[in-house]
Amino acid sequence: MEAADTREHYLNADYGVKSWLLTTDHKRIGLLYLISITLMFLLGSMFAVLIRLELLTPGGDLVQADTYNRLFTMHGIVMIFFFLVPSIPAVFGNFLVPIMIGARDLAFPRLNLLSWYVFMVGAAFTLWAVITGGVDTGWTFYTPYSTTASHSQVLWTAIGIFITGFSSILTGLNFIVTIHRMRAPGMTWMRLPLFIWAQYATSLIMVLGTPVLAITVFMLFLERVLGLGIFDPALGGDPILFQHLFWFYSHPAVYIMVLPSMGVVSEVITCFARKQIYGYKFVAISSLAIALLGFLVWGHHMFTSTQSVYTALVFSVLSFAVAIPSAVKVFNWTATLYKGAVTFEAPMLFAMGFIGLFTIGGLTGLFLASLGLDVHVHDTYFVVAHFHYIMVGGALMGYLGAVHFWWPKLFGRMYSEWAARVAAVLVFLGFNLTFFPQFVLGYLGMPRRYHVYPEEFQVLNVMSTLGASILGLGYMIPLVYLTWSLSRGPRAGANPWHAAGLEWTTPSPPPTENFETVPVVTEEPYSYPISEAEAV
Amino acid sequence: MTTESTAHVAHHFDTAEQQQKAATFGMWVFLITEIMMFGGLFTAYIVYRWMYPDAFAEASHHLDTQLGALNTAVLLASSLTMALAVRASQLGEKKQLIRRLLLTIALGSVFLGVKAYEYAHKFEEGLVPGAFFRFDGPHAHHAELFFSLYFGMTGLHAVHMIIGVGILGTLTWMAARNRFSPAYYTPVEIGGLYWHFVDLVWIYLFPLLYLLGRHG
Amino acid sequence: MSKFPLFPEAASTMAGQVDLLYTFLVSLSLVLSVGIAATLIMFAVRYRRRADGQVGDKVKSSTALELTWSLIPLGVSMFIFAWAAQIYVAMARPPDDAHEIFVVGKQWMWKLQHLEGRREINELHVPVGQPIKLTMTSEDVIHSFYVPAFRVKADVVPGRYNTLWFEATEVGSYHLFCAEYCGTEHSQMIGSVHVMEQADFQAWLSGGSSVAAMAATVEEDGAALFQSLGCATCHKDAPGAFGPSLVGIYGEEVRFADGTSQVVDDSYLRESILDPTTRLVAGYQPLMPTFRGQVDEEKLLRLVQYIKSLSEEGAVADAAGH
Repeated sequence: MEAADTREHYLNADYGVKSWLLTTDHKRIGLLYLISITLMFLLGSMFAVLIRLELLTPGGDLVQADTYNRLFTMHGIVMIFFFLVPSIPAVFGNFLVPIMIGARDLAFPRLNLLSWYVFMVGAAFTLWAVITGGVDTGWTFYTPYSTTASHSQVLWTAIGIFITGFSSILTGLNFIVTIHRMRAPGMTWMRLPLFIWAQYATSLIMVLGTPVLAITVFMLFLERVLGLGIFDPALGGDPILFQHLFWFYSHPAVYIMVLPSMGVVSEVITCFARKQIYGYKFVAISSLAIALLGFLVWGHHMFTSTQSVYTALVFSVLSFAVAIPSAVKVFNWTATLYKGAVTFEAPMLFAMGFIGLFTIGGLTGLFLASLGLDVHVHDTYFVVAHFHYIMVGGALMGYLGAVHFWWPKLFGRMYSEWAARVAAVLVFLGFNLTFFPQFVLGYLGMPRRYHVYPEEFQVLNVMSTLGASILGLGYMIPLVYLTWSLSRGPRAGANPWHAAGLEWTTPSPPPTENFETVPVVTEEPYSYPISEAEAV
Repeated sequence: MTTESTAHVAHHFDTAEQQQKAATFGMWVFLITEIMMFGGLFTAYIVYRWMYPDAFAEASHHLDTQLGALNTAVLLASSLTMALAVRASQLGEKKQLIRRLLLTIALGSVFLGVKAYEYAHKFEEGLVPGAFFRFDGPHAHHAELFFSLYFGMTGLHAVHMIIGVGILGTLTWMAARNRFSPAYYTPVEIGGLYWHFVDLVWIYLFPLLYLLGRHG
Repeated sequence: MSKFPLFPEAASTMAGQVDLLYTFLVSLSLVLSVGIAATLIMFAVRYRRRADGQVGDKVKSSTALELTWSLIPLGVSMFIFAWAAQIYVAMARPPDDAHEIFVVGKQWMWKLQHLEGRREINELHVPVGQPIKLTMTSEDVIHSFYVPAFRVKADVVPGRYNTLWFEATEVGSYHLFCAEYCGTEHSQMIGSVHVMEQADFQAWLSGGSSVAAMAATVEEDGAALFQSLGCATCHKDAPGAFGPSLVGIYGEEVRFADGTSQVVDDSYLRESILDPTTRLVAGYQPLMPTFRGQVDEEKLLRLVQYIKSLSEEGAVADAAGH
């Protein structure tokens, strides 16, 4: 077995810090991102722990109000801009997009490395803001609070987010060009793995939305430094314009987070059901539909913000429409299991968890799209619960599914299966216990971003904190067994899951050039049974 | 193909054509992101123009239409020289290529020079938003909004111009070192795309900022 | 009250409608999510792999099925949309007989002003069974006025007026929250709405303390401001005055110098005091100075109320009689 180690692959092709920091290999860059965002996730989690501890009691016992406001703001900023948005695209997209379409690298390898450096510079500015006192505006930076009232490190954070945005833009651009121009012979659009369709749709959003965020944050920056009045009503500016511009990016950004996870689920479900996906075209096209419709619904964040009734009606009806392609995906995944040959390895558990949690997240989205009901639950814990179901229950479950599914491909080692299953179950249970009570809290009327709250809300908050501790445990376990597997895990063959897909036809870890010979694609994706040669 | 003509093809591309198409396509995608970025500022401009038409018309009178028109002409001319430069690179006419690139750089610099003069003038007149903003009349607050957007939009455009001049400089240097041939001129082509885009932005900025709302 | 409530108290005419829609959506979600989960688990167990190397059957996907599960949800969601929209439209339209109260949000307190003169901070007294319309603005950042028991909420945005209306149905005291994050003491920007019997409310309004009894009405305060700020010098109901007469203009269309026109409402009056030249009435010179900095939001509301009162029937008749 150890003889396999002498084979040259992307991990041992070169050694030393320089070989990593100057690499243009998309696989190594994916790993650089993996390390970076894992650290950011731990940081964001620390903030979450403090938030949940503070909310154990109705009074402000643990931290001051100002500290609490900084905690939830930085939790949001770190988790969204520095973990969830880059998570699957920057790690697994980077690693897998070229391999899955049979290319040797992304179209622009140096640009790819640049985007990681840009990400790190943005992260550095944001961390500087955290260290020098943090920022207290909420991750939404609503004006005029963020421009005239806040005394926190708005500027450093704004610079950090502005810069990081370009990392996202460059990654999206690279993926779009790669998927258009670098496909192996025979890899037609209708033969693309659904993960690729999801990455493509995600990249469209990154490319179209992120520049608007950049310019909005830039205006916020200038306004705060120079007092221009663009968003200041006292000088004739319009604070609501900021909300429009902000949500024009930040609503589609939710789909940046969840679409890649949907792609992961399609890969995992088909593999562990040993079956072609049900309704390939509908699943593929629904990703694009979500990406494009997602740009037309931003106003549903502003139903109570003096927006006109007619505008609200339009945004509401479109928000209902965007739910349909998501529903189509859920139905097709379920139908895929029909007459399958299903097993329940850890990635499959995460994928099934995703479907359950995303379904609840999606359905509660309908509550929020409902105008007359949104008025009551807007800016309450109902919203907090809803978007955690989408962004944690959905996006993060998908990310963990991806980690467990492709870990053997990344490192050529297996992890402890039973520990992974325990983690999957703990995450699912802990998550529900954390966030389900928050739906009730929200409907009862507890506003979000409250440092102290009326006593009648305590029971549900205690439940939530209890759930969060289980959830936290569920996140910590994988850190242990995955780290362990790096050096001690049993070696994985090229295709430990017997999965279809080009990435499983090349050795684990893959060679620097990905394939020994350029593959030629002759089949639809997920054509089971896979040929003998692929089943190594 | 000889080894010489494929030397510029990076390891992960199969053919020179694939590489060229990828690069051009990448530039188009990038230009779309640029449109979205300028789009945010244009949106803000249109909203406030609609809210405060009188103030914006009055403020735009403080811009120098003649200098704006001159700059428009300069940029249009530079687009022509750029297009000719791309043509020269396709034909492998090295001397023409370098001459036309230098001419484009010169025109771009003229534009930036005129812009700098305009900025300096605005600074003296107290029309730069912020603590030293001076504007007589009842519309002062809203005029400040106009100038915020004026500096924001033309400033972002000028940054793009400066980057463009830098790119053209690099292309000239590469041309001088015989990097281009009729088989490989992709950098000149996508540099040209970028330059035309930056011109195009100005074609929108000029009427929006300088001309709209002027009564004779 | 149950120890573990799932609904907040319901104390307005809206509450029942919102709760009904919510109950419908919860039921629908339960049916769907349980249905999906059950199908998923059933398939997963029924079709579990029984032998190594076993693969799934080829199942051809059916376009008819795809369309069915796209179009039926679309139809259902359009139904929900229409239902919810109808509630929203009702929330956006205060009844004509609504009683107006002014709200000014400020870091971190609610200032409430009854037309009859009583002012309150963080406490709002209202009569039961009477539609109440709140006209709200903020002195600094965005806040949001939220009374869960009434199921209503509206952002309180600096620089403009937003309105919210409700009709309380149950006597009692209810939470008032700020729902839009507004800084350090956001979670302390809370108070209570006290719903009283009509008679109790009248007594509270006119009496209680001697201070309250002496308080001038909003209209009287506004009239005094109108004089002391010198508005009356120009805005006379006489030919040749420097400013347009304000009598009878509220709710009427006014024509501007640039040819556009607009119906006079609270927001227009507010803007005209702060930025008089932005929408200049046709036929007048831009002579009026801005009153920005001289009048805060509370004074603005009083001025606006006084100017509005000049358009009530009595005032118009008075002016005509001169």
